Amino acid sequence: MTRLVDIRLGRGARLLLGALPIVALLFVYLLASEARHLDNPSDKVLPTFEAMAQAIRGFTTDRDPSTDRIILVADTLASLYRLGIGLAIATATALVLGLLLGVMPLARAILGPMVAVIAVIPPVAVLPILFIVLGLDEASKIALIAIGIAPFMTRDLTSFVATLPVEQSVKAQTLGANSWQLSIRVALPQLMPRLIEALRLSMGPAWVFLIASEAVASDVGLGYRIFLVRRYFAMDIILPYVAWISLLAIAADALLLFVSRRGFPWAHGAGR
Amino acid sequence: MSPLLEMRNIWVEYGDKIVLERVSLEIAERSFVAVVGPSGAGKSSFLRLILGQEAPSRGQVLLDGRTMRAECGPDRGVVFQRYSVFPHLTALRNVMFGIECAQAPFAARLFGAQRRAARETAVGMLAAVGLEHSLDVYPAQMSGGMQQRLAIAQALVKHPRILLLDEPFGALDPGIRLDMHALITRLWQERGLTIVMVTHDIGEAFKLGTRVLAFDKRRHDPHAPHRFGATTTYDLPLDRKTLPPQALVDALGVGDLPRPDLLRRPFA
Repeated sequence: MTRLVDIRLGRGARLLLGALPIVALLFVYLLASEARHLDNPSDKVLPTFEAMAQAIRGFTTDRDPSTDRIILVADTLASLYRLGIGLAIATATALVLGLLLGVMPLARAILGPMVAVIAVIPPVAVLPILFIVLGLDEASKIALIAIGIAPFMTRDLTSFVATLPVEQSVKAQTLGANSWQLSIRVALPQLMPRLIEALRLSMGPAWVFLIASEAVASDVGLGYRIFLVRRYFAMDIILPYVAWISLLAIAADALLLFVSRRGFPWAHGAGR
Repeated sequence: MSPLLEMRNIWVEYGDKIVLERVSLEIAERSFVAVVGPSGAGKSSFLRLILGQEAPSRGQVLLDGRTMRAECGPDRGVVFQRYSVFPHLTALRNVMFGIECAQAPFAARLFGAQRRAARETAVGMLAAVGLEHSLDVYPAQMSGGMQQRLAIAQALVKHPRILLLDEPFGALDPGIRLDMHALITRLWQERGLTIVMVTHDIGEAFKLGTRVLAFDKRRHDPHAPHRFGATTTYDLPLDRKTLPPQALVDALGVGDLPRPDLLRRPFA
């Protein structure tokens, strides 16, 4: 008999099996919601799908009074703006520092300890400092995301570059490369797929920092909305919002993977 | 003729561990020096000295009569057993890399006519190692033998004074290894190269080399084995009929001896 560990599946079977637990989860929710509503028809903790659909219709048609945009659109744009700028700053910082520290032992000796110290500070603990220094506007939220993930990415990229085979560095030098050429032609291109990988891993924490900062002080944004309607036990809004956030996260991850496969085929098992 | 490379009383020490001691030798232009020795006898240190990756703790290395700086440079090419080619570049770009570094110090990339010229040179070099049909292939898609061919092309495009080979064929299948032997012999003769090759395979050393250097420890202190370094125990100029001395064979403990038919170098 085929051993369990040797069972390989086709694409269709894999999709079907992967959907099973999700469908089961939804079914369990349906049953639980039904049961609670039998008990108490005005239950708010596990809203029915009809109630959620109604809520979705609400926040996809009603307009936010301050921006005059549809609520979901306003929230999504505000959040993605903060997330995007924060990630961009973190990525650029990590790229430059990671390359510098990885290629040059001298730079690693000078800046390495500082990066290590910053990396162990819990970012949310410095959120009050950011609010005090940068005010309650966008800057502090963006800064939290950037400060939260840049040190991790920097350390990851540094160690990646530092562990590139020494043979490559020697070979490049025998081919006449100077430090600059070695950095941009040998280290940098090999760093890029790893940078995207680190960015994908950082997306989770980045969302955490975004929601946290929006929950504390904001007037628009996905995290703001969730924490606002929490006061009214509006689970029918919170649950679709959470689903929407995870959908955005999955889309961002798929996009990054696509960019990496397209841009750096050699890093994904040969294929041109 | 003055020697291409000269070593004067070289010592290599790491702390109180002595790796090489009292190595003095000269390497003539156009020679093919094969370096053999048991593991830990300083073969690789010897290679790193010539490469400039490492500085001797005592003594002098002279290249073309001038003291050599302990830094890698384009006058010494190298092919390692692994990681010799850049995985993110196609075969063609791997070979063009050396030309681009010399001609474009800041961008490290060429454009227009310069690029076409570099491409042409690189294609010619790839053809010389038999890779003219694999220009746009990434190293990960190549076999081990093809990768080593590429590594040789990549090094030769800089016209190095010395080509260093660090067990270049050690990871290859026996059949492929014979092809590579023919290739390196042909390149060595056609282009008048000077080659220093470190190998574990004594048969390979006696087949390819015009001279075989054996490294080993002359003295041995059982209580402090690290206090004596290795040095050249054999320095054999070869002609076709030289067979490895029995003592060297015993010291290396290698089974596959060169067969007389292997000693016939096809291009010699």
